[in-house]
Amino acid sequence: MEKQMFTDRFASVFGTESFFKKQKRIALKNCGLIDPENINDYIYADGYKALGTVLTKMTPKDVVETVKASGLRGRGGAGFPTGRKWELTAQQESDEKFVVCNADEGDPGAFMDRSVVEGDPHTVIEGMAIGGYAIGSSKGVVYIRAEYPLAIKRLIKAIDDARKENFLGKNILGSNFSFDIEIRYGAGAFVCGEETALIRSIEGLRGMPKSRPPFPAAKGLFGKPTLVNNVETWANISSIIVNGVDWFSSIGIDKSKGTKVFALAGKIVNTGLAEVPMGMTLREIIYDVGGGIPNGKKFKAVQTGGPSGGCLTDKMLDTKIDYESLMQAGSIMGSGGMIVIDEDSCMVNIAKFFLQFTQDESCGKCIPCREGTKRMLEILTRITDGEGKPGDIEKLEELGNVIKKASLCGLGQSAPNPVLSTIKNFREEYEEHVYQKKCRAVVCEKLITYTINDKCIGCSACRRACPVVAIKGAPKEAHSIQQELCIKCGKCFRSCKFHAIDKTSEAKEQK
Amino acid sequence: MHTTLHHNQQEINNQLKIFIDEIKKRERSDSHLITILHKAQELNGYLSKEIMDLVAEEMQIPTSVIWGVATFYHYFKLSPIGKYNISVCMGTACYVKGASEVLETIKETLEIEIGETTEDMMFSLQEARCIGACGLAPVAMINDKIYGELNPKKIVDIINKLKEEALEEEKIVQ
Amino acid sequence: MSTVKIFINNKEYNVDSTYTIMKACDEIGIKIPRLCYHPKLSISSGCRICIVEVEGMRNFVASCSYPVSEGMKVHTNTDAIRQARKDILELILDNHPKDCNTCVRDEVCELQQLASSIGLRERKFEGVLRTPFVDASSPSIVNNHDKCILCGRCVRVCAQIQNVSAIDYANRGFNTVVVPAYNNPIAESVCTLCGQCVNICPTAALTEQNYTKDVFSLLNDKTKVKVAQIAPSVRVAIGEAFGIKPGNNMAREIVHALKLLGFDYVFDAQFSADLTIMEEASELLERLNGHGKLPMITSCSSGWMKALEQFYPELIENVSTCKSPMSMLSSVVKSYFADKIGKKPTEIANVAIMCCVAKKYEAKRPELAMEDGNPATDYVLTTRELAWMIKSAGIDFKNLKGMDFDAPLGFSTGAATIFGVSGGVMEAAVRTAYELATKSKMENIDVIAVRGNEGIKEGAININGTEIRVAVANGLGNASKLFEELKKDPNKYHFIEVMACPGGCIGGGGQPYAGIQDLPFDPKLVNERAKALYSSDEKNTIRRSHENPSIIQLYKEFFGKPLSEKSHKYLHTHYKQKFPKGILRKSGKEAK
Repeated sequence: MEKQMFTDRFASVFGTESFFKKQKRIALKNCGLIDPENINDYIYADGYKALGTVLTKMTPKDVVETVKASGLRGRGGAGFPTGRKWELTAQQESDEKFVVCNADEGDPGAFMDRSVVEGDPHTVIEGMAIGGYAIGSSKGVVYIRAEYPLAIKRLIKAIDDARKENFLGKNILGSNFSFDIEIRYGAGAFVCGEETALIRSIEGLRGMPKSRPPFPAAKGLFGKPTLVNNVETWANISSIIVNGVDWFSSIGIDKSKGTKVFALAGKIVNTGLAEVPMGMTLREIIYDVGGGIPNGKKFKAVQTGGPSGGCLTDKMLDTKIDYESLMQAGSIMGSGGMIVIDEDSCMVNIAKFFLQFTQDESCGKCIPCREGTKRMLEILTRITDGEGKPGDIEKLEELGNVIKKASLCGLGQSAPNPVLSTIKNFREEYEEHVYQKKCRAVVCEKLITYTINDKCIGCSACRRACPVVAIKGAPKEAHSIQQELCIKCGKCFRSCKFHAIDKTSEAKEQK
Repeated sequence: MHTTLHHNQQEINNQLKIFIDEIKKRERSDSHLITILHKAQELNGYLSKEIMDLVAEEMQIPTSVIWGVATFYHYFKLSPIGKYNISVCMGTACYVKGASEVLETIKETLEIEIGETTEDMMFSLQEARCIGACGLAPVAMINDKIYGELNPKKIVDIINKLKEEALEEEKIVQ
Repeated sequence: MSTVKIFINNKEYNVDSTYTIMKACDEIGIKIPRLCYHPKLSISSGCRICIVEVEGMRNFVASCSYPVSEGMKVHTNTDAIRQARKDILELILDNHPKDCNTCVRDEVCELQQLASSIGLRERKFEGVLRTPFVDASSPSIVNNHDKCILCGRCVRVCAQIQNVSAIDYANRGFNTVVVPAYNNPIAESVCTLCGQCVNICPTAALTEQNYTKDVFSLLNDKTKVKVAQIAPSVRVAIGEAFGIKPGNNMAREIVHALKLLGFDYVFDAQFSADLTIMEEASELLERLNGHGKLPMITSCSSGWMKALEQFYPELIENVSTCKSPMSMLSSVVKSYFADKIGKKPTEIANVAIMCCVAKKYEAKRPELAMEDGNPATDYVLTTRELAWMIKSAGIDFKNLKGMDFDAPLGFSTGAATIFGVSGGVMEAAVRTAYELATKSKMENIDVIAVRGNEGIKEGAININGTEIRVAVANGLGNASKLFEELKKDPNKYHFIEVMACPGGCIGGGGQPYAGIQDLPFDPKLVNERAKALYSSDEKNTIRRSHENPSIIQLYKEFFGKPLSEKSHKYLHTHYKQKFPKGILRKSGKEAK
């Protein structure tokens, strides 16, 4: 079953020719092409060549310099220069250092890390070993979501196999360098993707972030210098070593080199993972790679960066995909979630969805995030429930700004983004909800009017489904809904097999 | 992280103790608390007060700390769960493609809310964060198995089939 | 010390390079508002009240944890910062009951004072409140969950200072609560009831179980003889509740106020402190002579007694069988004194004014009850509760003339006074034990080695040619360290004093709340209280418990001699293991 799933997704990745043509695969280079449970497949595909090169021909400093020169930036979200992070950790004097792989992928709608670990676990192991050599660490930890059983299984096997072949363990490949990796499991807390929270979790504690400085590079896991990178970042390392800095930095643009894996989802023809060179425009990835919007619907927005990101409009479709351009446009690269939204989606509801997520995942340590996201969610909920009050939109902005600027960690600092960016780009939809009690996408339940049209055959299914007896009509005769009784639960709509119930949302007169 | 049903609490405790003894041999064994709680849940089905007391005693970690960790992470279950644990993915892709309708249907069919278990201990219902199967959205995970491209009708069919399966199993046992 | 040049609000300063922004600002006289920060605890930076602007940083930074660096430009009072602080504080208040007027911490609430100084004047974001829930299961401490703002100071004090970890955060996000394990009530937890969490709580989320209403009713009960007793530490702290600077001994004013409140007799727990020394010093000598386990450990501190029963059952035999001075005095009042005034024990009510919340629990221990099954001590009030009663009854405390304690249970020595300070019981016991054993005068009775505010203190006294090694621990965290040492070398000490609270009773959980300018268990505050007690000892003409004429009379008339059958009946007790069993966090492990 699990194996089946992976191949399904693989098929969806390679399904259409154009989908594949514009992609450039580095992190995903082996995914789907090799047997992830066979180390020889990986070795055959130049695997562990980089580790060999590093151990025999390069000093740790050379490795750090190479990663620095490549221009690689963290693929987990913030885009911090990877080489700089390595350098900072390498510079620390300590009897013990750690290399950590963040595989606590948590953005709803993103699954690139899972795919890499499931499809090519050795590339992560190799990257970590190289990182260990570069910063002078002999201990690696992979922190992975417990919800990823197949990835865990394959990773365990890969680590075992790598040990047998002496790619891990004592005196790797006859060198003086020893390095091993252990696995720690997450337990369902999105905030643990934040590196200080992740470290707390590995230490066996509640995953509550700590303020920085000190940064993990100086004082991380067990108080020791720690290098944390995410799966996709680690998966880039061996290719950089094998193919060289020039090759890598030739891909992408200015400050964003290489590729980025995106998880295309939502209202798009080709859903799945796509690895594209940095600098490609949103339009190219949505229409050329993703195949555009299905069912002839109109594009409305694209959401990038998951719950930490923002929604961009059709006017921004020519924005280049790189850290700075996305930030400038009001969103972020994030870990690579990309959700396409068509006219059937309500932007207020989308913002509420993301905020609900971050509010639920807030660790509760700092006040702006714990209390502020709750209040924002309450305001959004009343707006979508048709109870929005004048001033609510402004309150959302005020709260959003203080949460952004005063929260302790990245989760809180970015939690208001989906709301602030939709207010900025779709303010009229908010205003319609608040002042006209109208949801133009006909999504917000409480703003919907249900009416029965002439397709009704009088089967009475809706009448039976209605919990408040708001539907009248004799069997085999057209039914009707008494609007003053209707509680807008939608049960009648779900029960009708004849498309005889219409959902509409029109501007209402203000009392 | 498969759930095994044991009838003998003593046996579960013994297995957990053996597991903890192995952990205690490692350096910084305290840091393995989450690993141990995973194991405890795997053996016991959920984290009971008694099982957490045992972890506390064996690891010499204060119970308040263990309770703090167990309640922080949503993966840990603090009450028994049903034979079939249904997790409906509420990730963005699934949400956009109608996961909430699927969820509503399950609630109506089983007459339980999120986090609850049916009286016959057959079904439990949870919301899940993205389980990384966005290509098949909307999806639900029942125990370890993933069901994709769901709609209200499909999920009702699946639930009915599982009920039948359980009945069959009972007959065989008898 | 290397320094860096930084700019605070556009002015240049040279500050220690190891400082945080907050510390640097403190030093130059700018007190940045703060809430979750406490100098004795690990830094949480969760409340975000102490945020400041640092030029070049995208977001505000928490000044409590952010280190200074060369050339840094800090702004502490810009419009943006003031607005953000206001918003954050409002977010706290939006999830807090609006009952300041009727709250027990009205006027002494850190949150209220913060809101006033930040200038919060309107509320904009109101919504649902955290689930109200009151845990009043314990006779000592009440947890009002709806008033909790999750600053976590209680969690940290419990884990880091006391090494008890009775409470921790549970759940997460908006649903976070501070509770004992399994959401159990405090009474069913490992809580030692030391009350340090009450002291450090900025709001009324953690308070003592309040008995003032019962005591007011009692005072109107004409059928009872009302007897009050006060602990040494109460007299040097109560003034703070009336705006008098710390370190004033106000014993006479308290006696006067208690009389005005309606008490018939006011006795001194210092009298029974002398009595405790008589028994305990004798017990020590017995043990040194091979009768009983060594080291002997003191038993005055109620918080420590509960910790003993839950965390250290293996040490029960080492603990002195002496009751605490409070329980001794209550027993004596209801036996010896009852006879004297011709009353039945049931016609007398004992009210103890203590610096302690754990004593409320001690009073209810069944093993300390009188023969008739009634408690020896009827009510225990904290210093805070008494201060409130005095105010409530309209007594002009500051201008009282003052009165003496009543005879015969009101006279005490200097040795008894210092019971309130960590090391005091030890020092008092040594004075008496030495002289009882050697039958000669001790030359220098100031046992300096066991004074001061270090967590663990050691000393040695030569008695009849034998070196008696002693140790003193204050704060249960320090006690746990000391006992770990003891495990390694069980013969290291002969006599150990343990006080549950940092600084001893003067730092007790029932002492007046610190004002907004002072911090709870601020060492400076505790030192002032300690100084006052030591100076009272010094001024006293009698400084040895066995020289207290009232004590001598009591033995003559009632007990015979220390450790007599009668004294065992009224002055001694036994402890037994209690569940749930406490688990100590291993040493060397960073907590929270």
